[in-house]
Amino acid sequence: MGIDPGRLHFSWISSAEATKFVDVATKVIEEVKALGPADRFVKEKAQVA
Amino acid sequence: MTEYTQKIREIAKKLLSEGKVDVVIGFREGTVPLMAEPCLVSDPAGVDQLVFNSFCGVNLANYLPRRKDRIAVVAKGCDSRNMAQHIAENQINRDQLVIIGAPCTRMMDRRKVAAAVDGKDITSVAEADGRLTVTGPGFEKVLDRESVLQDNCAICVHVNPVLSDEMLADPLPEQEKDRYTDIREVEAMTPGERYAHFEELLSGCIRCYACRNACPLCYCPTCFVDESKPQWVGKSIDPTDTLTFHFLRAFHCAGRCTDCGACERACPVGINVRQFTKKLEKDCKELFDWEAGMSPDVRPPLDTFRPDDPGKFIK
Ligand code: SF4
Ligand code: SF4
Repeated sequence: MGIDPGRLHFSWISSAEATKFVDVATKVIEEVKALGPADRFVKEKAQVA
Repeated sequence: MTEYTQKIREIAKKLLSEGKVDVVIGFREGTVPLMAEPCLVSDPAGVDQLVFNSFCGVNLANYLPRRKDRIAVVAKGCDSRNMAQHIAENQINRDQLVIIGAPCTRMMDRRKVAAAVDGKDITSVAEADGRLTVTGPGFEKVLDRESVLQDNCAICVHVNPVLSDEMLADPLPEQEKDRYTDIREVEAMTPGERYAHFEELLSGCIRCYACRNACPLCYCPTCFVDESKPQWVGKSIDPTDTLTFHFLRAFHCAGRCTDCGACERACPVGINVRQFTKKLEKDCKELFDWEAGMSPDVRPPLDTFRPDDPGKFIK
């Protein structure tokens, strides 16, 4: 669709796997931060003249 | 193909006068040339308006969901697959239907015909022996039908109906075809190029939803684009909203689309909206060896779970 692969993550985490959740969430945040702000699928606020 | 017309009328007359069905759904001549239109006949005296020609591209499966009566319906290969899909999705019962199967010699694209005569006014067309004679004020032009086929029909590999109770002719030979050359080109792009490509592709979209309305799969009582509480997608023609509409529309059709081309045919702007559905069709074929609508008895891949479903993308 034109989304950078690094911005989309899939993971299967059971409610018992708290540490896995933390690991995955941290990793996702790091990867997305490294990519910087998105410039696709972004909608500017309507400008009122 | 016009030989089918006579047969359709005979079958329709018989079924209606014997009381076997309440209504026959077929095609009649449109108000302008190159546009056959859907037509519902419930009186045996009305069957003579029914026709069949190379401009019957509308997918008649679209007229079936939630009907309660007994229906005879004309079905090309793709229509019949969408009917099988409807039966699998409980939109219609098989025993309500008498399917009049039409082995399809592929439909013609009115836009290509118009372009071939430089957009001049066309007042009539006649088909014979693989040729189309187009006439208008002060001109007559003979076109090779192969050169004006609808894009989806040119690559169609299932012209014969998968379900039928009556057949208008013997099944036709099916072609072998690589259906996905255009999709592979898009797949080879970088994410950035792909986004730009889709933005460009949809730049003319006016969000009229004709593509959705023509599609037999889009039978939800309220479409996500029309909902306002919550509003899933913006209603403007902001490129992000338009892209969102098209991607979601395509995903809702994943594993169900038969590439009948009704969406593309209906688009007043001529946008190649099949680019989106075809990618998902390709994925379903490669990942699940699935082609939509080939049988009413098999569950589609997106509503079944198999332990061996591909899951490499999950970490
Ligand atoms: S998405 Fe388009 S090609 Fe697919 S079934 Fe619907 S109308 Fe036909
Ligand atoms: S029919 Fe064409 S213009 Fe209308 S919403 Fe669909 S793609 Fe856009």
